[in-house]
Amino acid sequence: MAHERLKPRQYMILALVSLCAPLGDTFLSRGMTTMPAISLAHPGSLLAAVFTPWVAIGIALLIGFFASYLTALSWADLTYVLPATAFGNVIVALLSKFWLHEPISLARWAGIVLITVGVGFVAQGPSLTERPAEAAPVAPEGEHAQ
Amino acid sequence: MIVPTGTANPGAWTAAGMIAAVVLLSTCGEVLTAAAMKSIGDLDEIRARSGLKAAIRAVVTCPLFFVGVLFLALAFFALLFALNHLDLSLVAPASASLTLVTNAIAAKLFLHENVDRRRWAAAVCVCIGVYLLAH
Repeated sequence: MAHERLKPRQYMILALVSLCAPLGDTFLSRGMTTMPAISLAHPGSLLAAVFTPWVAIGIALLIGFFASYLTALSWADLTYVLPATAFGNVIVALLSKFWLHEPISLARWAGIVLITVGVGFVAQGPSLTERPAEAAPVAPEGEHAQ
Repeated sequence: MIVPTGTANPGAWTAAGMIAAVVLLSTCGEVLTAAAMKSIGDLDEIRARSGLKAAIRAVVTCPLFFVGVLFLALAFFALLFALNHLDLSLVAPASASLTLVTNAIAAKLFLHENVDRRRWAAAVCVCIGVYLLAH
């Protein structure tokens, strides 16, 4: 199988993977840090945290991430999709700089450059490992290809 | 992993245990989920050929997918627990960057992905980058 370029729709799915994950984590963090300390002795309070507004929005964003992540994994390697997830951190950092006018330290700029370089490395290679078995047709409706 | 009730500043070993739990559970979940999606096939093709319901049915009738989701759910609750006891500036970069490396190793060992020099270089760059960015 030759190295095929991803379609625009597939790039859009990778963009969704990139955006939804860091935004969801940020909402989760906001929700959890405002709560009192949770102990393993009271696991019910951990479940109750799921229904607080910030955590609930975070979970909704993470569900969007998961749906696009699953789709991406169905046509690309895990080691191809994961850097796209990390690239979301760069997008959030740049948004915080140019939209919220937050300062970015030299270390964070170095992090942005490193992640961008890493994503560039992966993006130039094949998205899926070549396997002879993959010549088999995709499973018919609702069934799995083995 | 036992933390005294209401502990505000857990020790270094406890913190490392919390982060290790997030990393290991997350890696198991992601590798199992990736294996499940590869066994199903291209979801875009299934959706184009048989519709969205068929694509959803293909996912929810795959047992391996639910094993992966179980591990991801455990990783999620481990993350919530860690965030409640540790600073985000520690948990986020440590778990995110370590997970990238453990996933690359697991993908090569268990999914037999072609993790060539380019992908190792990318994993290391992104790992250090995430740490610098989030710390």
